[in-house]
Amino acid sequence: MRLKSTLENYLFILPAVVIFSVFYIIPFFYVFMLGFTDWDGIMPAWNWVGMGNFKEIILQDPNWWQSMLNAGWITVIALTFQNILAFLLAWACDREIRLKNFYRVIFFIPPVLSEIVVGMVWRFIINDVDGANMINRTLTQIGLPNLVHNWLSDPKTALTTVAIVHSWKGFGWGFLLFLAGLQTIPRELYEAARVDGANAWQSFKNVTIPLMIPVIVLVAILTVLGTMQAFALIIGLVGGELAGHTSVPVLRILASMRGSSRFGYACAQAITFGVVLIVISFIQYRFSKKAKA
Amino acid sequence: MKTTMYYKTKKIAINVLIHAFLISVAITCVYPLLWMVSSSLKTQSTVFSDPSLIPKQINFMNYYLAVKEGNFGKYFLNSIFYTSSVVFGIVIISSLAAYAFSRLRFPGQNIIFALFLAAMMIPIPGSFVALYVLLNKLHLRNTPIGYILCMINVGLSTSIFLLKTFFDKMPKELEDAARIDGCSKFGIWWHVALPLAKPVLAVLVVFNALNVWNEYILALIIFDSRQFMPLQVALQTFQGEFVTNYPLLMAGLTITALPIIIVYLLMQKYIIKGVTQGAVVG
Repeated sequence: MRLKSTLENYLFILPAVVIFSVFYIIPFFYVFMLGFTDWDGIMPAWNWVGMGNFKEIILQDPNWWQSMLNAGWITVIALTFQNILAFLLAWACDREIRLKNFYRVIFFIPPVLSEIVVGMVWRFIINDVDGANMINRTLTQIGLPNLVHNWLSDPKTALTTVAIVHSWKGFGWGFLLFLAGLQTIPRELYEAARVDGANAWQSFKNVTIPLMIPVIVLVAILTVLGTMQAFALIIGLVGGELAGHTSVPVLRILASMRGSSRFGYACAQAITFGVVLIVISFIQYRFSKKAKA
Repeated sequence: MKTTMYYKTKKIAINVLIHAFLISVAITCVYPLLWMVSSSLKTQSTVFSDPSLIPKQINFMNYYLAVKEGNFGKYFLNSIFYTSSVVFGIVIISSLAAYAFSRLRFPGQNIIFALFLAAMMIPIPGSFVALYVLLNKLHLRNTPIGYILCMINVGLSTSIFLLKTFFDKMPKELEDAARIDGCSKFGIWWHVALPLAKPVLAVLVVFNALNVWNEYILALIIFDSRQFMPLQVALQTFQGEFVTNYPLLMAGLTITALPIIIVYLLMQKYIIKGVTQGAVVG
């Protein structure tokens, strides 16, 4: 009777455990195994190459490190421009402002759209086709024709343009989290600061910021993890790696797998990238603990 | 008197500035989408000559072409099918597991739950490489069921976690009453736990639906046959074929984005709640 009951309990988790094992745990170890082989994804035979793939990634693959730097640059813009914008908007909305819900709904529209859709729509808005480029046309109209530029096809501006569109798509997340955080700050604290003679800036610096540190760290971690792994936006926006100028790690992994049929190498890249991500979030976590203490 | 006037004016000025800031950002959020819809209603020649947001001549030809030539009707139905199957699967499978983790006792319980939790935390950015290989071996690549199972797995851990948190806080009395009435464990899950969990289930349904509808990379590597492709992947082939026909492409994009925007506007309460709750979890 006891045994039957326990078996019945296992039935509840059986479907979840089966799917999770087949589609998460097995692939997880599979990636680790294949990373040490030279498998091409087609032939049944493959050889162990030991650390060969990792040596090649670290020592002989400048394209890989370029893609890492590119993702890093997009992340820097997301951490600064995107998150500061999100914070300012949240702070503005927190001031007992009318239409707070309206803004909240509008600002979260870009995050619910897919990266492909966002990329393609913005490509149409800032593409190089004469006449259809809304940004360039506006620049001409407001009397700044020397700023007209092929934003997406010029290697110098392509990556930063990608980063700004990425920020457009992503700031709504930070905004919602910052606003939720700001609303938990008791109003009495602001009141007390005002009675003590603090001006708006002082109460922002001495009341708002210290209490918001945990939320700021959380948003920073989510931003870094999300931005480093973003890639579909780039496919929608510029069609791909643009000869390395807009390549990011996931696009590199995809290229190793589909372009050059080097599955083993693709897995080694995936492991390297996963380790980098874990290290980054660990450092940020430690940093946040220090900030709290 | 003078100073109060000064402060009042200053306050009004600050409020005007703040609103101007908020409104201008709100406009940049909405404008590209209005531009997308508006361009989809223009023709190849008027899209360049008529820059206004409301087209002088409204023309639905692009939608007809997208469905007829671009096969967007089929892709749309594929996306609907994948989204509803995956969401249904996640709701059933994750609620069963979450209920067991919260209410039932069995050996290994904590370890298995910890594994699900770890999966939620550890990013594996290259898992698609392994999934490709695995699905090939199982002869599930280029099949709808292979894609659906992969996507159920994607949403599983977080859904189990959110539901378990809810079940942990749920009062036990109702379940005890059902048990005394002779209800089986599965009966209690179905008749008591699931109906009570409706608010959490709503959040899960919306989030997973958005996630599946917008998913790209797995669909890209799993499907070779066009007949199985969902919208996000089909858009790319579509763009390749009609590369300079912007109004037609914008019609395709509108078909892809509009359902999401409508669902979002209807369910925004749950989405905004979910984001703030989910962040506390993570």
